[in-house]
Amino acid sequence: MGTVPSALKHCLSYQHLLKEQLWIAEPPAAAHPAQEPQASGLPEYIKIVEVGPRDGLQNEKVIVPTDIKIELINQLSKTGLPAIEVTSFVSSKWVPQMADHKEVMRGIERHPGVQYPVLTPNLQGFHSAIAAGATEVSVFGAASESFSKMNINCSIEESLEKFEEVTKSARNMNIPVRGYVSCALGCPYEGNVVPDKVAEVSKRLYSMGCYEISLGDTIGVGTPGSMKKMLEAVMKEIPLSALAVHCHDTYGQALANILTAIQMGVAVVDSSVAGLGGCPYAKGATGNVATEDVIYMLNGLGVNTGVNLYAVMEAGNFICTALNKKTNSKVAQASFSTGTI
Amino acid sequence: TGGYPKRVKVVEVGPRDGLQNEKNIVPTPVKINLINMLSETGLQVIEATSFVSPKWVPQMADHTEVMQGINKLPGISYPVLTPNLKGFQAAVAAGAKEVSIFGAASELFTKKNINCSIEESLERFDEVMKAAREASIPVRGYVSCVLGCPYEGKISAAKVAEVSKKMYSMGCYEISLGDTIGVGTPGSMKEMLTVVMKEVPVGALAVHCHDTYGQALANILVALQMGVSVVDASVAGLGGCPYARGASGNVATEDLVYMLNGMGIHSGVDLQKLMDTGTFICNALNRRTNSKVSQASCRL
Repeated sequence: MGTVPSALKHCLSYQHLLKEQLWIAEPPAAAHPAQEPQASGLPEYIKIVEVGPRDGLQNEKVIVPTDIKIELINQLSKTGLPAIEVTSFVSSKWVPQMADHKEVMRGIERHPGVQYPVLTPNLQGFHSAIAAGATEVSVFGAASESFSKMNINCSIEESLEKFEEVTKSARNMNIPVRGYVSCALGCPYEGNVVPDKVAEVSKRLYSMGCYEISLGDTIGVGTPGSMKKMLEAVMKEIPLSALAVHCHDTYGQALANILTAIQMGVAVVDSSVAGLGGCPYAKGATGNVATEDVIYMLNGLGVNTGVNLYAVMEAGNFICTALNKKTNSKVAQASFSTGTI
Repeated sequence: TGGYPKRVKVVEVGPRDGLQNEKNIVPTPVKINLINMLSETGLQVIEATSFVSPKWVPQMADHTEVMQGINKLPGISYPVLTPNLKGFQAAVAAGAKEVSIFGAASELFTKKNINCSIEESLERFDEVMKAAREASIPVRGYVSCVLGCPYEGKISAAKVAEVSKKMYSMGCYEISLGDTIGVGTPGSMKEMLTVVMKEVPVGALAVHCHDTYGQALANILVALQMGVSVVDASVAGLGGCPYARGASGNVATEDLVYMLNGMGIHSGVDLQKLMDTGTFICNALNRRTNSKVSQASCRL
């Protein structure tokens, strides 16, 4: 950058640019999902799974009132997001933030064409979720024994047995189940995680009936290098169309990792509005990648998501105001640069 | 795609581009210490200062003292900005062995910035190029607004190629393509580079990405995939965006090096020493780092 006289520092035309020169934020003209990859080698459509209300809020310090949670989800329902993870049917002793799971599930508007999955760590949670009206659930495995032990106090094998009870019941009731694999690119306790282990756990979850496997870089240590190696191993066991990536931005690598994944054909990406949800393993560090920043990148790549970026920014603005915190989304920071966020 | 360069040259712009866009004026000894610490990290190129009038850029008023005060380690280049012949002469007198000149791919940006057209700005640089050639001083050329302009909005790749080609033919050994307001995405980066690479050999290209919209590392990744092997970055992500108050600017060198390390791409930079340098300058500036790697590694 050259010399910049201070007169230019608060350039009004920049705001102008944002509002009227929509080229920097508009989605591509085509609006239909398609199976064929574009000439660029990327999927034409990418499904965004919004995890802010669950993964995001769960990792925020401040307990959010139920009506705020419901309002956030209702706002997100209007953005075009195809899937919004609503809450977690876990014991409130473990996760106080999710204690109001029933009220949230019952209180939200259910928009047609939008999925509202919830976490169910075991059969009890599953039944409770169904009773509250859930029509899709998620189970969480890990590629690290230490993480599994520290997180849910059992081995990977034991956890998979519990999940199998859930997937069995779910199958009987025609309820789709999404499987998560944590620590796919590294573990806070074990450090390096072997790609074959990720593939093994993914395969188990897929075989027991999970329709989609979300591979989570839980501590955000992954890079395009480790993402590629891990996906190559997993893609030997799971069809590409059943894979999703859940990248954390703790080391600023999330978008580069997501780009690598979508270049390899992955077409489902998890993200969190306003980048809600810090990292529980590195105090003060960030966690989830911001939905706004992902959408901005995908728009620029000509990939369709069906999501309205401005609507997501507004939902992000709402929840950050409610949480009295700054957004973690760089797109939002750059756009609301008058200091309101 | 999938092939990456085995080595990447990281051009550290923190002491100049970074500090220039920081609010607080940094005392000369702190600037010198910053550059000296950076010299110990393995970085091969450290942009030291700018020989521009202190009326325009007060932060760089101590350019002569900085240039004369730093330890110049062998094998490391310390380029400085020279907006005109006068600046060039002052730079050489102060011991500079490499200089940089700044063009732009936007007419409106050039007009607002230095009150002339792109063509006129390049004519001004002709004098610098001539003097540099006579003194055997290498010149690096920057092109601003390559993926968007705060005034014009969309910038055509053809215009970027035209300005780049001009500067390369004038004698710049390297052209650093700057996403000045950080609006670029891997899509626009790829499109722009495809066109520019028809006019300038990829070995002479560098990318200078801003992280204002969080896109920098993804944009850099695409540039690497296309064969670019020189990347500009700023320690601790110093330097906000003058066009979007409160927003970030330069990509953090730490985050770039972390990515390169993870990809097995050699940069020669010691990440720990770099983080320590970032900690030093952030303490001196009384501000938080913009580097996520630094934030994650610091156990508060």
